[in-house]
Amino acid sequence: MYSAEFQKSLHEVEAAREANIAYEPARMSAEDKERLLEAYHPDYKKTEFEKLQFGPNKGDVVPRELCEILQAHSRITADQIDLNDVRYDVDVLIIGGGGAGASAAIEADRAGASTMIVTKLRIGDANTMMAEGGIQAADKPNDSPAIHFLDAFGGGHFAAKRELLAKLVCDAPEAIQWLNELGVEFDKTSDGTMITTHGGGTSRKRMHAAKDYSGAEIMRTLRDEVLNRGINVVDFTAAIELILDDKGNAAGAVLMNMETKELMVARAKTVIIATGGAGRMHYQGFPTSNHYGATADGLVLGYRVGAKLLYADTLQYHPTGAAYPSQIFGALVTEKVRSLGAKLVNSEGRVFMHPLETRDVAAASIIRECSDRDKGIDTGNGKAVWLDTPMIERIGGEGTIERRIPAMMRMFANYGIDIRKEPILVYPTLHYQNGGLDINADGMTPNVENLFVAGEAVGGIHGRNRLMGNSLLDIIVFGRNAGKNAAAKSRNIEMGMLTLDHIAAFDAEREKAGVKTSAVSPRLLPDYTNRHERT
Amino acid sequence: MDKMVNIFLFGKKYEVPDNLTIMCAMEYAGYQLVRGCGCRNGFCGACATIYRIKGDRELKVCLACQTKVENDMYIATLPFFPLIKQVYDIENIKPEQQIMMQLYPEIYACIGCNACTKSCTQKLNVMQYIAYAQRGDFKSCAEESFDCVMCGVCSSRCPAGISHPQVAMLARRLNGKYLAPKSEHLESRVAEIKDGTYDELIEALMGKTIEEMKELYNHRDIEK
Ligand SMILES: Cc1cc2nc3c(=O)[nH]c(=O)nc-3n(C[C@H](O)[C@H](O)[C@H](O)COP(=O)(O)OP(=O)(O)OC[C@H]3O[C@@H](n4cnc5c(N)ncnc54)[C@H](O)[C@@H]3O)c2cc1C
Ligand code: FES
Repeated sequence: MYSAEFQKSLHEVEAAREANIAYEPARMSAEDKERLLEAYHPDYKKTEFEKLQFGPNKGDVVPRELCEILQAHSRITADQIDLNDVRYDVDVLIIGGGGAGASAAIEADRAGASTMIVTKLRIGDANTMMAEGGIQAADKPNDSPAIHFLDAFGGGHFAAKRELLAKLVCDAPEAIQWLNELGVEFDKTSDGTMITTHGGGTSRKRMHAAKDYSGAEIMRTLRDEVLNRGINVVDFTAAIELILDDKGNAAGAVLMNMETKELMVARAKTVIIATGGAGRMHYQGFPTSNHYGATADGLVLGYRVGAKLLYADTLQYHPTGAAYPSQIFGALVTEKVRSLGAKLVNSEGRVFMHPLETRDVAAASIIRECSDRDKGIDTGNGKAVWLDTPMIERIGGEGTIERRIPAMMRMFANYGIDIRKEPILVYPTLHYQNGGLDINADGMTPNVENLFVAGEAVGGIHGRNRLMGNSLLDIIVFGRNAGKNAAAKSRNIEMGMLTLDHIAAFDAEREKAGVKTSAVSPRLLPDYTNRHERT
Repeated sequence: MDKMVNIFLFGKKYEVPDNLTIMCAMEYAGYQLVRGCGCRNGFCGACATIYRIKGDRELKVCLACQTKVENDMYIATLPFFPLIKQVYDIENIKPEQQIMMQLYPEIYACIGCNACTKSCTQKLNVMQYIAYAQRGDFKSCAEESFDCVMCGVCSSRCPAGISHPQVAMLARRLNGKYLAPKSEHLESRVAEIKDGTYDELIEALMGKTIEEMKELYNHRDIEK
């Protein structure tokens, strides 16, 4: 139930609903999109970006908050750590217990490597667990990996590394099959046909889902498999610094127990960074859809030992974050709501864009509606637009919402809003890190030997914008890929002496560049204590 | 100005705004959470919490990230509960009743008290899905338990010592792998890709200029 101040606008939405269902808004031309993005997308707001003064990406601009942690001090100095006191000694060390880390672990273990996952919270407390909408793969007769490639390449502004994208789309059907054979329950018709829908920017219906718990269903299955295999999972333990050997190759990590703060050394022949995204950095003050541990740690760990970032200046703001009530401010409203037919409507009840434009375009369009056009609804937390969910029941029949997006229904029902009958208020939320560490098709960073990266911590697979459903896909495809290749590589590695000399070297570079900072990183967790002003 | 309410975190009193979730209220009170906080949005089950409103006999449970504070709420978090997770090889088990008897025999000790269902933070019919599991009806068990976030509250209330979320996990994997119908289109596509059916098409895209790619992208046909 919405309070009085929303009622007027709500009536307009209801009055226009039938007409709005029938109305098919035009898609924007390439030029329109370009202009819209430049004027309204947060990535284009120059004052929010800063130039890196030293390190592998010296001269590149990145979000201010990211710049600070990339150039920050280590949490440790080399003399605090006894590198001979090795607590864990493995072939493959995986940092991060999300979907990418778990997929990598399963494959590395299957290949016979001794494998370990360290993760900051529990395994599965991760962005993967939260994915709702689905996972793309071109497995229908009217579709092909080539069409999938084109959709993703164009959607990513023609900037993806093509060899990575080719791998993503060609390995996609097998990834779905792999998950299915592990027991992931995809939505299917009674003859086994996968139920697939559109996502923003897709030209074929290739979004596979497990209701709107797609990520949770994938994550809990992977976690179960990791545990069945007896893979060592060390939880509530963060990697806070990589360790190199004297040849400059990755050789392990310094770990910190998140509760006791004890420091430990893990030696490993190969290391896989699978630390996920950065939503909890709250770039430009945006709320976020991400899990509690999404603080770009992997980017920091990699950058300090010389790994290069690609497209770290591009973030994805999901167009439909919950804008009301305040308890779920920033939480994701899955794109599937729009795939199923709900349209975006302004304060006057007008549909102002095609609901399935790519995310960056949709986010910019909502920001325009709420700023210059002044057609937003005031929520008390800023402006927002309507997402007219009752349309779904009208189009798909009664019961569609409960069947296809039960998590959404539950999230709003908790606060007394029945999305079958009432529309919801949305505004863009910080959702995904498009950029990240650069890798080759084998999953290894080009400039640090034996350092692999998988999942949201990678940059380049999607270019400068990612389509819905391609991230769950990439964590499986590139997670497995990294696991297999790291395990294979670990067989012929002669490790040198462990060192943490890079910390002092990085400090020296900072000094030389004249950068003064008191910041330390990785950040590990956001600090929300006292976030709500005590007045 | 927000209205303030009194809450009791592990028995200690704090005054917090009434529009906060329990999780945010703990942070407002000054806790830097490490345990008991994962997704912050109702998906991971890290934040299971027990509470009682003063004067009320009923002990309630919830997810701290999904529940608003109330006045006189006595709160204790349950960030970990020792569930039993049996290990098995998914490739070498069969979707038959036998497997439950072997791995989770305690489900047959269910006394039907329904405490699990009453305590479910996702409002699932937990006792019912356990009944399906007992019978080896894994499809129904999978459906009934699908929204489970494995927070473990049900198990904390179970006099028979059942680890409900793990039972359901097994049922869902059996259903997904063995019982749900196979997707032929998926299998044939995987085979086509292995046979190199799309190599040429992909190869062609790899070699095109950005201008050519833009042309193709902007004029691609979009399925209705
Ligand atoms: C709400 C939401 C909905 C989404 N919906 C979709 C969707 O429908 N389709 C789609 O394709 N994609 C979706 N995405 C994106 C997708 O889910 C993620 O990009 C993807 O799951 C990331 O997987 P990952 O394994 O790389 O990272 P994560 O799953 O986030 O895992 C990273 C792990 O690393 C741990 N970690 C971080 N730093 C450290 C450290 N220093 N030491 C140790 N451990 C560390 C974290 O705690 C976490 O466990 C969604 C994302 C969100 C947030
Ligand atoms: S923190 Fe994940 S369910 Fe509450």
